[in-house]
Amino acid sequence: MLIAVIALLAVPAAAAAGSLWLPPRAAALASAASGISCLALAAGLVPAAVRGGLAGPGPLRLDALSVIFLLATAFGYACAAAYSVGYLSTAGGHGLARPGRQHWYWAGLNLFACSMLAAPLMGNLALMWVAVEVTTIVSALLVALEGTAAAAEAAWKYVLLASSGLAIALLGTMFAYYAGARALGPGYDLAFAPLLHASAHLPATAARLAFVLAVLGYGTKVGLVPVHTWLPDAHSEAPSPVSALLSGSLLAVSFYAILRFFQIAQGALGPRFPRDVLLAFGVASLLLAALYLLDQRDVKRMLAYSSVEHMGILAVGTGFGAPVALAGVLLHVLAHAAAKGNAFLGAGVLARAFGTKRIPSLRGALDALPWSGPMFLLALGALGALPPFGMFRSEFEIVAGGFESGATAAAALLVVLLTLAFLGLSAAGTALLPPGTSGAARGAPDRAAPGRPGAARARMANGAAGASAGPEPALSRGEPSAWMVVPVLAGLVVLLVLGVHPPAELQGLLSRAVDLLRGAA
Amino acid sequence: MSAGHAPGVYAGGADVIAVLILLAEFGMLRQALARDQVRLYAAQSGLISALAVIVGAVRGLPELYLLAGLSAALKIMVIPLVLRRLLRAGRVGADLAGPDGDIARSGGMSLASTVLVATAVAAAGFFAASHFTVGGAAAPPAALSLSVSVVLVAFILMIHRRDVLSQAIGLFSLENAISLAALVIAASLPLVLEAALLFDLLVAVIVFGLLIRIHHGRAESLSTTDLTSLRG
Repeated sequence: MLIAVIALLAVPAAAAAGSLWLPPRAAALASAASGISCLALAAGLVPAAVRGGLAGPGPLRLDALSVIFLLATAFGYACAAAYSVGYLSTAGGHGLARPGRQHWYWAGLNLFACSMLAAPLMGNLALMWVAVEVTTIVSALLVALEGTAAAAEAAWKYVLLASSGLAIALLGTMFAYYAGARALGPGYDLAFAPLLHASAHLPATAARLAFVLAVLGYGTKVGLVPVHTWLPDAHSEAPSPVSALLSGSLLAVSFYAILRFFQIAQGALGPRFPRDVLLAFGVASLLLAALYLLDQRDVKRMLAYSSVEHMGILAVGTGFGAPVALAGVLLHVLAHAAAKGNAFLGAGVLARAFGTKRIPSLRGALDALPWSGPMFLLALGALGALPPFGMFRSEFEIVAGGFESGATAAAALLVVLLTLAFLGLSAAGTALLPPGTSGAARGAPDRAAPGRPGAARARMANGAAGASAGPEPALSRGEPSAWMVVPVLAGLVVLLVLGVHPPAELQGLLSRAVDLLRGAA
Repeated sequence: MSAGHAPGVYAGGADVIAVLILLAEFGMLRQALARDQVRLYAAQSGLISALAVIVGAVRGLPELYLLAGLSAALKIMVIPLVLRRLLRAGRVGADLAGPDGDIARSGGMSLASTVLVATAVAAAGFFAASHFTVGGAAAPPAALSLSVSVVLVAFILMIHRRDVLSQAIGLFSLENAISLAALVIAASLPLVLEAALLFDLLVAVIVFGLLIRIHHGRAESLSTTDLTSLRG
């Protein structure tokens, strides 16, 4: 098991180093292989985590909670890396595909994944902070890599706001150290396990400060309102595979950091205070995101606000605190990684094919893109928590947990806001349908949206030509590349499995992690 | 002020340094030349290193000397060097007149109102933080509250200024404020962790330099007033 933990960090690190000197095509395939092997390694850690996890070597530490976030990250990494193979090969020499840029893209993507996988594996609060800070730095460069003015603006806002937030999180970490040193003596080194063990003896003021500062600081990276303002910019301007990773995996990893502080605060202060803090941040995030979702014209910005919404759901669910709600939260982490990753990857195909991210201009996507169009629509449905996808199950559990824990008003508000967000997503979804749907429109797609599908066809013809130059076959009817379809399909399958019948191992993992979060293990 | 009598030499000295750090932060807030802003940042970092040496001597933590040395090398030498390079490369933009970088007009509000707001915010932070009974007998009584004030003024600096250099300096001085707080409440934090944090700062500086370059290459200026296309 130890070897698997080390390999989980070594494989992407090696892929990052290799990407710098391998030829672009080899770097692409190495990165995809690295992503898939990381997913296999993370899945292989599940039995060990259910049995109680492991500690060491050095600062590395593993329990059920960290494995859930490892799974979410590794799945996003595998999908984004495989998708990027097609994304770069069909870029036609622009932006990312410019000579010299591809090396940096692959190195950055692998390093980004490596730092995200490192954060949940760190059994030390300071090193966890360092890992999260490294994710900021690497991903800011990835956001800027596209080279447009908007990307530079988004990257600047992102790195400035996220770094300021993390500075606050560092202050919170220092207070955690102060509290720990009071309880454990001056030799204390910010290791997580002893701090949690001694949490009942921590000084209350310091523990309270540590928790609030950590929620505010890491919350900046999670995208909790009111410190979410960088998120829609960075997520919409980054290259689509990077957006998928930012949204599906990075937000979750930052939320993981909050959960660790939550465990400590719960031990030190009792459940009431930390739950109330998370509930307040969560409801604010949900409210604002639901309103912004209602009138969003840019497809990637819409998905970004949907991320704010879902992070709000996680915070609210944790704030409810009932076991069923916590199980829902952890399932939601996995389902969100799959669904949001999927949606961003699908939006990337749409934006590439139509040359725009404006939702009204994407009309006719269902006809032009026989796989990506319908799959994007399904991903939107999954994000809106339609059954039978995983998010229906997780949100149902969270709402049920809210009523169970007696937070009736908050649970009712949650349902209202979820409905509002669903309305926004479905409005965007219907905009993608050709007018009059079926029959006539399908026969004459060019009439359905004058001008655009023609341009789309031309672009896709280019894309298909570029793709067929490589070894992968281009799909029929204008999909740019098979590499850009299969990861999305895999995500939908995962969502379906999570919704219909989560495997027994996963159930075991979730209930083990719920015990950890409740302080019962 | 434990036990009601006057602070000793150590606590008094630490508090004086903390006050000077806050003054340096205010200096950066009102400074008209980017070159001088960088100098003030270096001076502030020097104060942090001096405080680290004092704390190390008084509390018998020799590893703090090493930390002070590392931090001085990075924040007094490397970071100002990088920033000055950028300043020279940025030369003349619409809002950067002269080789020294005149950033007097990059503020969002008038200077007087900004300083007033910053004073009010710093005072609020100071008094709010002094209500927390954190710090213990060994810590200087006012330094923690002062570090909260510095954090808040650094935020005002980042909000108020609209040139990327001041925003970056605001962030780096925010990190100085965290260092101040860390010296008060977490002085005995193991060296390897402190070193990891410093290394992280170094990487952050490089990335900021890179992004400033990208921004300058795109916008032909170091102002953020044209960074307004992403909203809603």
